[in-house]
Amino acid sequence: MQFGIFTVGDVTPDPTTGRAPTEHERIKAIVAIARKAEEVGLDVFALGEHHNEPFVPSSPTTLLGYVAARTEKLLLSTSTTLITTNDPVKIAEDYAMLQHLADGRVDLMMGRGNTGPVYPWFGKDIRAGIPLAIENYALLHRLWREHTVDWKGKFRTPLQSFTSTPRPLDGVPPFVWHGSIRSPEIAEQAAFYGDGYFANHIFWPASHTQRMVALYRERFAHYGHGDPDQAIVGLGGQVFLRRNSQDAVREFRPYFDNAPVYGHGPSLEEFTEQTPLTVGSPQQVIDRTLGFRDYVGDYQRQLFLMDHAGLPLKTVLEQLDLLGEEVVPVLRKEFAALRPAHVPEAPTHASLVAAATRQEQEKVQA
Amino acid sequence: MKQRTVVVLSAGLSQPSSTRLLADRLSAAAVDAAGGLGVRLTVRVIELRDLAHDLMNHLLTGFPPAPLKDALDAVEAADALVAVTPIFNASYSGLFKSFFDVLGRDALAGKPVLIAATGGTARHSLALEHAVRPMFAYLRAVTLPTAVFAASEDWGGDEGEGQLRGRIHRAADELAREIERREPATVQDPFALTTSFAELLAGG
Repeated sequence: MQFGIFTVGDVTPDPTTGRAPTEHERIKAIVAIARKAEEVGLDVFALGEHHNEPFVPSSPTTLLGYVAARTEKLLLSTSTTLITTNDPVKIAEDYAMLQHLADGRVDLMMGRGNTGPVYPWFGKDIRAGIPLAIENYALLHRLWREHTVDWKGKFRTPLQSFTSTPRPLDGVPPFVWHGSIRSPEIAEQAAFYGDGYFANHIFWPASHTQRMVALYRERFAHYGHGDPDQAIVGLGGQVFLRRNSQDAVREFRPYFDNAPVYGHGPSLEEFTEQTPLTVGSPQQVIDRTLGFRDYVGDYQRQLFLMDHAGLPLKTVLEQLDLLGEEVVPVLRKEFAALRPAHVPEAPTHASLVAAATRQEQEKVQA
Repeated sequence: MKQRTVVVLSAGLSQPSSTRLLADRLSAAAVDAAGGLGVRLTVRVIELRDLAHDLMNHLLTGFPPAPLKDALDAVEAADALVAVTPIFNASYSGLFKSFFDVLGRDALAGKPVLIAATGGTARHSLALEHAVRPMFAYLRAVTLPTAVFAASEDWGGDEGEGQLRGRIHRAADELAREIERREPATVQDPFALTTSFAELLAGG
């Protein structure tokens, strides 16, 4: 199982000091956080994409390319890549380039984006969010698998004899996850292609995530990619840790109370009860996270949101130490012990190359 | 006997409230009128006061806490709705509006709705027509022709009480007839796929 972190890249004032980092400080902090993730033994770093303040990651492959050069093993991903407002041709090119530079340590998570004005800023209509996600991804999927593409659709100019370069590393496209909170069409899309499905999970009750994952698993099997429990599932999570749980609650409360998403709404205690947010000791985080498996089944990737709501970099790095040293090693062992042998790990570049080679050999023998 | 359900939504703030009093009169009259048409009507009363914090939390976080989710589901699944609000500043109360702001987009489509309101004097009564009724029209509810307004003075004196009673019964009869001639309400599963992937790929 893969463990990692995902960030939205918000610039939020620290509510305890009133000071917000500059964009430059925040961008450098994101890099420091990614490098720390590798240092403490996490597997994945995923970066959001936004085109509005107060968010800085408008150019994910630039930032991830830099992180790729500064890391050795960390798998670089997105949370999410806007499949609606980006040109799928540019996604194909940018992420194939990143895949080469990172020696295959790249996958992507597709998302639609929920910021209304971003659609018209990029010449799109938010009401066409689902059709855009379907058509754009269908094109991206072909661009990475067919050398020369003739294509015509509704949302972009047609292509005649187009080749997206560079070609994917070793002829194997990056693995793709599809993220959606509440659209069954996106779970269906992930199932159709045999891609991964990622449930953001952190702002919604567990029952909701359970339904979406169940739908994805059922449709994954329907399309012949394997049994329902062999589908590739990722979950978000949100934690704040201190060795002593009272310390965690005391320190995190002002950040929670003023957070951009849920601040000034439910209490920390209510939100902890209603969503997967866990504020407490490493053992509490371990117990809660293991509990996710009870309603989504054995899953392949767990990402935590750690750097948000104005938490200072120093605190985030301490959080990653605790996560990497005291939480993830236990979770790795416990989840592995529970997982049946026929449930696969999340695909990596190496496993996809091996699978492609196997398929070639079978073709030759047949 | 046919079995049907009605949700009675009261947005009164005080306890006891005259809004709840009107809601109870309306639901009792509706049960009687439906019974006369061979329909056994089950009533569920929802006091929005109990859900006030949950409503605000839903507006801020984007998801309903469990008690509010239960109330929203009950309204969507009901065969009819009786919606009663106090009139504030010539319109429905903010609490009343908040509930409908977080209710699913199609939850009231085609559903019979009896609208009613309370206010200090009869001068506020047309707020039902110029504020409450248009909101339900937007939600594509089937709002009954008779809307019931109760001013403070309606609760005292034979003449006022008599008029209010008359309006309550007329509205309850309209509601019962609308319930009786309909099939039971059905609820759409938000997780159900409504198009095939082939249709989606084809731009369906």
